[in-house]
Amino acid sequence: MSSNDKKFTPVQQEYQTLAKKHEPKRPVLINCLKAFLVGGLICIIGQAIQEMFVHWAGFDEKKASNPTVAVLIFLSVVLTSLGVYDKIAQWAGAGSAVPVTGFANTMSSAAIEHRSEGLVLGVGGKMFKIAGPVIVFGVVAAFVVGIVHLILNPHELGGGS
Amino acid sequence: MLKGHQSWIFENNPVIAGTAAIVGPFEGQGPLAHDFDIVHGDLRLGQDSWEKAERTLLEEAANLAIEKAGITKESINFLIGGDLMNQIISSTFAARTLQIPYIGVFGACSTSMESLALAANLVNSGSAKYVMSSACSHNATAEKQFRYPTEYGSQKPPTAQYSVTGAGVSVLTQHGEGPYVTSATMGRVVDMGITDPFNMGAAMAPAAVDTIQAHFRDLQIEPGYYDLIVTGDLSKVGYAIANELFDKHKFPIHQTVYKDCGMMMYDYEKQTVQAGGSGCGCSATVTYGHLLRRMREKELNRILVVATGALLSPISYQQGETIPCIAHAVSIENEVRKL
Repeated sequence: MSSNDKKFTPVQQEYQTLAKKHEPKRPVLINCLKAFLVGGLICIIGQAIQEMFVHWAGFDEKKASNPTVAVLIFLSVVLTSLGVYDKIAQWAGAGSAVPVTGFANTMSSAAIEHRSEGLVLGVGGKMFKIAGPVIVFGVVAAFVVGIVHLILNPHELGGGS
Repeated sequence: MLKGHQSWIFENNPVIAGTAAIVGPFEGQGPLAHDFDIVHGDLRLGQDSWEKAERTLLEEAANLAIEKAGITKESINFLIGGDLMNQIISSTFAARTLQIPYIGVFGACSTSMESLALAANLVNSGSAKYVMSSACSHNATAEKQFRYPTEYGSQKPPTAQYSVTGAGVSVLTQHGEGPYVTSATMGRVVDMGITDPFNMGAAMAPAAVDTIQAHFRDLQIEPGYYDLIVTGDLSKVGYAIANELFDKHKFPIHQTVYKDCGMMMYDYEKQTVQAGGSGCGCSATVTYGHLLRRMREKELNRILVVATGALLSPISYQQGETIPCIAHAVSIENEVRKL
C-alpha cells in the first residue's frame, strides 16, 4: 500500500482508513481448517479410486494414477455442470481449488459459461480464461526449476539414464 | 425547474401511472418476494443464453407496467433505460422489441434513478406525455462480465455483493393520482480511491452521502421531511460506512429512517449473499415493487431513493484503476409538494 499512498489525496487516504475499519475480515483460520478438511477429503477419495484401480482393475500403482485423475476430473465436471461445485467452493475455499478437481472446474465452468458465444470462439477460445494463467506460469515455473536443478546437478546433462 | 446547484423540482407533478418489478428465483426466496409482480422459477427464463434472459426480464416488466398503467404501448413517447452490460445491450435489445423511441443511459447501478429522474423531467417539462423508465440486471450476466463464470468455484470475500436478477419499470405521465415524482438530485462522480471490485459498498458510500447532502442543501429541507431514505446497493459494508460519514459530517440522518435496498432484498440468515444485493435491478425492483406498494398502502408517504452506481469496467480494474462512483436521488411522494 505504501507505494500507492502517494497518488491518493489526504482526504482519500483518510476515507480509506475509515472504510478499512468497516471491512469484515476474512476468517482466515477457519478458512484454513475448512480447506484442509475438504482438500484432504478430495485426496482421500482420489486415493480410494486409485486403490480400486489397483485391486479390481489390475493396474500397478503408477499406472493407476492416470485413470484416477480422469475419474476425479469427471466428477468435478459433473458437479460443476450440476451447479454444485461453486457452492462447495464458497465453503471450502482453497480446499476445492487446489486439487485437480479445481482445475477441471475452472475449465468446465468457463466452457459452459461461454457456450452461447459458439463452439470455436466461445468454448474453444474462452475455456482457458481462468486456467490459462495457471498453465502459463506453471510451465514457466517448471522451466526455472528445471534450469536450477540442472545447474545444481550438472552431471545429469546429456539425458541421464 | 432547477433548484439549488444540482437538483430539479418537478412543479407539474409527474405521476407514476404504473410500475412493474420482476425478479429471478433467488430473489423470490428473499423477504420481499410477495411485493414483486412476477417471480421467475427459472434463472434462464427458458432462453438459451443469460443475456437473452435478462432482456426477456426487461421486456416482460415493460409490458406489465404498460398494462398496469392502463395504456397502450403506442402512447408511450420515450423509453429511458439502461443496464450493466457492455453497450447496454439488454435495454437496447428490449427497445428493439418494444419499438418505443429510446434513450439509452448508463449509470451502472444508479441507472434506476437516473432514468426515473430524466423521465420525470421530460414529463414535467411537457416534452412527453408518457415516458417509461427502466433498469435491469441479471446475476449470471453480471458475474460473467465483471467477475468469473457462474459455476466457477471461487470463494467470495465477506465484502462481496450478489447481483440481483430483476427488472424494474415505471410509466410516468402528466395527470392522475399519485404517487408523484417530486424532485431529483443528480450526483457527481466521487472517487475515494477504492480499487477492490469485491468491495463496492465501500467505494459507493461517499457518492451516496455526497448526493444526499446535496439534495437537502439544494431543496433546503431536513431529512425528517421524508418517512424513509433508501440507498441503492451499499449493502452491509457501505451502509455502515455511510452512517459513519453522516455522523462525521453532523448530518441529521437520525430524523428519518435510513435503509439500503441491497440489505432488504435477501435473507442474510438463509441466503449466501455476503454483504448483500447489488445491480441495477436491486434498487429498481425494491423501489417499484416493495416501496411503492407500501406507499400505495399509505405506510409511507414521502420517500427519497438514492441509487448508487460503481462506474468501473472489467478493463479499468484490471489496469489497477480506482472505482469512480455516482449516486442519483429521486423523491416520490403521495401528496403534491407544496412549495
